[in-house]
Amino acid sequence: MATTSGTNDIRIDYYPTHEHEGIKFRRGHALPFGATTVPNGVNFSISSSAATSCTLVLFDRGAAQPFAEIPFPDEFRVGDVYCMTVFDLDVERLEYGYRMDGPFAPELGHRFNKNIILSDPYARSLGGRDTWLAQPNWDDIYPYRSRLAFEDFDWENDHPLEYPIEDLVIYEMHVRAFTQHPTAKVKNSGTFSAIKSKIKYLKELGVNCIELMPIYEYDEWENSKPNPVTGEMLVNFWGYSTVNFFSPKAGYAATGKFGMQVDELKTVIKELHKNGIEVILDVVFNHTAEGDHRGHTISFRGIDNKTYYMLTPEGYYFNFSGTGNTLNCNNPVVRNMVLDCLRYWAADYHIDGFRFDLAAILGRAQDGSPLSNPPLLESLAYDPILAKCKLIAEAWDAGGLYQVGTFPAYGRWAEWNGKYRDSVRKFLKGDEGLVGEMAQRIQGSPDLYYYRGPTASINFIACHDGFTLYDLFSYNEKHNEANGENNNDGGNDNHSWNCGWEGETDDIEINFLRHKQIKNALSILFVSQGVPMLLMGDEMGRTKLGNNNTYCHDNELNWLDWSLLKKNKHLFDFAQSMIKFRKAHPVLRSSTHFTHSDYVGSGYPDISFHGTRAWQMDWSANNRSFAFMLCGEHAKQGAIKDDMIYVAMNMYWEALSFELPALSRDRKWHVYANTDMPAAEQVSTLGKEPLVQHQDHIIAGARSIIILVGK
Amino acid sequence: MSFSINSTVSENAEGAKVALITLTGELDSLSARLFQKEIEKVALESPKDLVLDMEQLSFMASAGLRVLIFSKQKIGPALSIYIVKPQEPIVDTLDKTGLLHSVTIVDKYPS
Repeated sequence: MATTSGTNDIRIDYYPTHEHEGIKFRRGHALPFGATTVPNGVNFSISSSAATSCTLVLFDRGAAQPFAEIPFPDEFRVGDVYCMTVFDLDVERLEYGYRMDGPFAPELGHRFNKNIILSDPYARSLGGRDTWLAQPNWDDIYPYRSRLAFEDFDWENDHPLEYPIEDLVIYEMHVRAFTQHPTAKVKNSGTFSAIKSKIKYLKELGVNCIELMPIYEYDEWENSKPNPVTGEMLVNFWGYSTVNFFSPKAGYAATGKFGMQVDELKTVIKELHKNGIEVILDVVFNHTAEGDHRGHTISFRGIDNKTYYMLTPEGYYFNFSGTGNTLNCNNPVVRNMVLDCLRYWAADYHIDGFRFDLAAILGRAQDGSPLSNPPLLESLAYDPILAKCKLIAEAWDAGGLYQVGTFPAYGRWAEWNGKYRDSVRKFLKGDEGLVGEMAQRIQGSPDLYYYRGPTASINFIACHDGFTLYDLFSYNEKHNEANGENNNDGGNDNHSWNCGWEGETDDIEINFLRHKQIKNALSILFVSQGVPMLLMGDEMGRTKLGNNNTYCHDNELNWLDWSLLKKNKHLFDFAQSMIKFRKAHPVLRSSTHFTHSDYVGSGYPDISFHGTRAWQMDWSANNRSFAFMLCGEHAKQGAIKDDMIYVAMNMYWEALSFELPALSRDRKWHVYANTDMPAAEQVSTLGKEPLVQHQDHIIAGARSIIILVGK
Repeated sequence: MSFSINSTVSENAEGAKVALITLTGELDSLSARLFQKEIEKVALESPKDLVLDMEQLSFMASAGLRVLIFSKQKIGPALSIYIVKPQEPIVDTLDKTGLLHSVTIVDKYPS
């Protein structure tokens, strides 16, 4: 640690050379960007391609006015970088920002305003929204205050887990929604810290990776407004609107009011790793919280508008994100910021991977056109610090660029497979003409990822955006009135089916069918090749009452109601059993595509498709059922011996008899799961599966799935 | 509430050096400097145990927590840190920020 006592220990290059209003400083270091502690001082570095001057503004924590403003002497500028080392600051209480002077000429892309104090894009921590929804001081001259963070966290021997991606079971989660409901019964509900209290639950369920919806500092007050119907405040709950990319959201930390969110988050990550759970962050590099030309100037716009944003020739903001502006990701300066940011999270927070929101934007050129070889995506794919991190793209954007299957992957990138979601949903609701697509989806979508392997496919049926699994089978239409936009927001392509009644009902048959459909969905998800992702709460029948776009609700619509765990225990048991089954059978977790041939001499191809007659798949358009069989001797390309697995999926509204493929040697078919059975008999204990009564056929009930093990 | 601190270094029954620091009041970023100076002072004696009496300490800011980390780094990994009778909010903060595992909470020292 750098010593702070006695001038004898201070190297000559850390001696002040200048003084301004009693503050001592000297020429700084251009790198690293941001504010960094150095012996006896803090080094500040920030770049702007078009500013004419820059002033460092220093505050004591929470003070209304700065205690100093130090203009950067021109000789401290290196190229476009302003750098300065300031001495004798109280680093624990320091808040800092910048004023940038330059032209206000929107038609040329410049929007400088020296009257605004700007946040540092590289700030490691931000003050101003320290406690969730605490009323801010709306008159604050500097509402989002850059602060320092320190690198003295004791990680002990922690290390990212580096699981092979095909072995992951991802659980998509919102930090606050996960534990805020009173039924969560945890201390410090709704915070990073509270996740620790639910690690035992996550392990019981069997997930080994959590994907956190945005935790970069955002402003929950952004676009807040009262609900026209109830008067309740609508806020930015999901957080897809970044204020600062390097700072964790203070309002998610129980210790945020003490400025200790960095330590709290690191503590949770360390604890998750200790329990075998990876952490993936949902990162939003497609736009910022500054909005369009009518939005607030917080940081980027006032520092270097033309560099940070994609602008129309007239100087307005391209809106490929659907939120007002578009980050100019393939500008070299922005690209380096994104890279620096992810490196920081990987190295300093031990993050295991990243999911990129609207990632198609990351492949757009500065004029908005799609690039065939986007430098940012390539840099991320080959970066040595990120080398073991999972990189997952949401391979579309709001500007119409849809790249599922064609996202530039460089052998590294996986994708949220939106086609998996749509095919499975349509198949489950009984649409015709889906068996061909489904055969692709359960194989890891070789039609989309032939050259990339099944691990390119993140399989999901529900995610934060859209219906929960329960609502998928309880609502035909979205019900977004509570969002205050006359039900105009949210997607209309839900491919949902209410099973006979719109919304809640006490009809026993409808409820049985809904639960069966959830189990059908879970069955498909966990026997598909690729990487399964489960939405928080889908394992216990979570509902959002048919609202498919709950971005603005800090209430029961988003908070996970833990009492469902008791009410729908059979759903949890089923989800848990399916995860166990997946983990027990390596043949379900292939890193390469099937070849449809027998390359180990087992007498069976690695995968085969069947209809109601064994070995005879009915590919016809009006068919709604099929079966597939995996040969365990091909598990991990023949390296591991596994059982035979046979899965019959009948989405027809009547029961069907499936003739079973004969097993060689003395192996017999055993039944692991049958979603048509009463809840208590739906799943067997792993390894103790009962024999199938008639070894030559099974009856799959209407809209049901049967999973057999041949051993 | 104002902050006060004092320290003594003595030898325990096994002949190892024990530094006892008593903290009273609120440990904020200003008082954390005094805490750090005290740690630097006792570090010169290379104690084996560092005993922090926090019974009368009502608040600890992040700067105070950082001094705990600093003391391990300054004196060395062999140092055992004991915290005597910390108040509930302080234990809570130590827990949330991951420091609880590197200290031992005791009712008295030696126990």
